[in-house]
Amino acid sequence: MAVLEIRNLTHFFVGLRAVYNFDLTLEGGELLGLIGPNGAGKTTVFNLVCGFYQPSEGEICFQGKKINGFRPHEVTALGMARTFQNIRLWNTLTVFENLCIPQHHQLGYGFLGPIFRTRNYLASEKRVRKTAEEILDMLGLRHYSDELPKNLPYGLQRRIEIGRALSIRPKLLLLDEPAAGMNPSEVDQLIELIRWIRDEFKLTIWLIEHHMRVVMNICEWIEVLDFGETIARGTPEDIRQNRRVIQAYLGDADSVYA
Amino acid sequence: MRRFVPHLLYALLCLLVVFAVQSDLLNAYLQLIIMFMGVNIILSSSLNLVNGYMGEFSVGHAGFMAVGAYITSVLNVWLFTSDRVFGPAVLPPASVIYLFPVTLLIGGIGAALVGLLVAVPSFKTRGDYLAIITLAVNYIVKSSIENIQGIGGARGFMGMRNVVDAMQDVADIPWIMLWVFAGTGFSVWIIYRFVNSTYGKGIVAIRDDEIAAEIMSVDTRRMKITAFMLSSGLAGVAGGLFAHILGYINPGTFTIMKSTEIMVMVYLGGMGSLSGSVLSAIGFTVILELFRPLQVAKWVVIPLLLILLMLFRPEGLLGNRELTDVFPRLRRILAPQRRQA
Repeated sequence: MAVLEIRNLTHFFVGLRAVYNFDLTLEGGELLGLIGPNGAGKTTVFNLVCGFYQPSEGEICFQGKKINGFRPHEVTALGMARTFQNIRLWNTLTVFENLCIPQHHQLGYGFLGPIFRTRNYLASEKRVRKTAEEILDMLGLRHYSDELPKNLPYGLQRRIEIGRALSIRPKLLLLDEPAAGMNPSEVDQLIELIRWIRDEFKLTIWLIEHHMRVVMNICEWIEVLDFGETIARGTPEDIRQNRRVIQAYLGDADSVYA
Repeated sequence: MRRFVPHLLYALLCLLVVFAVQSDLLNAYLQLIIMFMGVNIILSSSLNLVNGYMGEFSVGHAGFMAVGAYITSVLNVWLFTSDRVFGPAVLPPASVIYLFPVTLLIGGIGAALVGLLVAVPSFKTRGDYLAIITLAVNYIVKSSIENIQGIGGARGFMGMRNVVDAMQDVADIPWIMLWVFAGTGFSVWIIYRFVNSTYGKGIVAIRDDEIAAEIMSVDTRRMKITAFMLSSGLAGVAGGLFAHILGYINPGTFTIMKSTEIMVMVYLGGMGSLSGSVLSAIGFTVILELFRPLQVAKWVVIPLLLILLMLFRPEGLLGNRELTDVFPRLRRILAPQRRQA
C-alpha cells in the first residue's frame, strides 16, 4: 500500500490555477524533492496534502485512506507531519512544550482528565514527556529544553521545528524549505540530519527546497513544478540536464528577448 | 504529602476567616469585601483563560456572569423559598445547604451553554471581530433578561436573602462566605490543572500560532469550545455567588462596565498568569474600596492608574509568568509536584 497517492490534484484560488493535475505516488521510504521557480505552487501542494486547503479537484489518499475533506489535525493524526517555510514554533512555550503539544491526537483523555488527574491522564502525560525527551535527545536539543524558541539561533529553530514534527511520530514528513535562511555550515548539518532522520525513524520524506545543494545531494527523486504543472520528474542527474527545467528556471535563450 | 500543602494553606486561611467572622472580629463591610475578592478571583482567572491563555479578546464576560446569576437565583428562590411569583417552596428549605452547590453548578452550565454563542463564531473569526461578537452576546443577555417579566425584567430580581436565611436557619455560620471560598478554590484549582496539562496547553499553542496548532494535531475547534465554555461556566458560578452575596440583582449590573472591570483585573495581573489574576483580583477589590471616599472621582483615578500601568508595565504585574517563576522559593510550597517534570 502506497504511503501517499495523489491523483489529478487541481486547485484554484478563485480564477488563478495554482496546481493543475498533479499526480504522485510515494511507496514509502523515499526521499523526494519538489522544486520549481517561485510561485510554482509547491507550498500550495503541501497545504492541500496536509488539509489546510481543500482541493478543487482530485483525490489524495494517505495510507490507502482518502483524506479529502479532512481537517488538518485529522490528517496529522493519521501520521503526516510538516514543517513550515517561515518557522512557526510556539514562541511563548518552551522547546519541551513545543514537542509535547503535537501529541494532542494521542492523549487519550479529554477535559476532565487533567482536572481529576485520572490514571489515564497521568499515564498519558508520562508517555508524552517520554516521547518529547527522546526526540530532544536524538536531535541533541536536550540542553535547550527549557528555552523559549524565539531566543535561539535560526538554525536551531529549524531543528526544533523538525523535532516538533517528529514528535507526532509521522510516517510521512513534509519539509517546506528546511534550508531557507541557513548558512553553509548549517546547511551541511541539515543534509546530514535529514538523511539520518529518514534512516532512524524509517519514514518517507518529501521536501520543498530552493537550495540546489540540498536537493541534488539528498533527494533520490525530484518532481519539478512550474505554474502548477509537473514539467519534469526523475533522478537528480536527469533533472540537472532537463531542458524544460533549465528553461523554467533560467528562461528560454531564444525567446526571452525576442 | 507535600502535594497538599497549598490546599491545606488555603483551607487554613478560609477557616481563619470564618473563625474571625464567627467571633465578630470582622464587620459586615469587611466580610462583603472578602466575598467580593473571591468572586473577582473567579471572574478574572476565568477571563484570563480566554484573553490571556488563548489570546482572544472577550469583552463580554459580565454577560455570562448574568446568566449564571439569574439561573442560580431563580432556581434557589423557586425551590427553597416561598415567593410571591413562584409560590411555596418546592423542596424543604433546609435542603438548600446540600443543593446550593448543585444550583450553582447548573447556573455555571447554563452560562457555559451561552458561551457557545461565542465559541462557535470563534472558529471563523478572531481578534477584534470576535471582540465585537462577545460584546454583542453581553448585550443580548442583558436585553433578554430585561425583557423577561417573570424574573423581574429591568426591575431586577430579589429573594436570595430568603435563600441565605434558609441556610442560616439550619446552622448559624457564614454560609455564603463558605460557598465563595469553595467556589474560588474550585475555580483556581480547575484552571491550574487545565492550563498545566498538555491538553490545556493546546490553547496557548492556539494563541501563539493557530495555523501551526491546527496542523500540529491540536483540534482547535474543540479547544476553543472547551476554553470558552470553561471560562463562561466559571463566570456563571461567580455570578451565582455574586447574586447571593448581594441578595439582589438587576440586568444593569451586568453591562460592559462590569465586563471592563473584569478585564482591568486580568490586564493588571498579566495575561496568561493565573497567580497574577488572583493577586490582581484581590488588589483591585481593595483599591476599589480604598478609593471609595473619592466617590465619583474614583472612576477618574482608577482608569488613570490603568493608563500608567499600560505605559510602564504593559505586560501587567506578572505577564505570562507565575508567582513561582518570580520567587522560585515559593515553588517548594505552592507547586512541589512540578519539580519532577
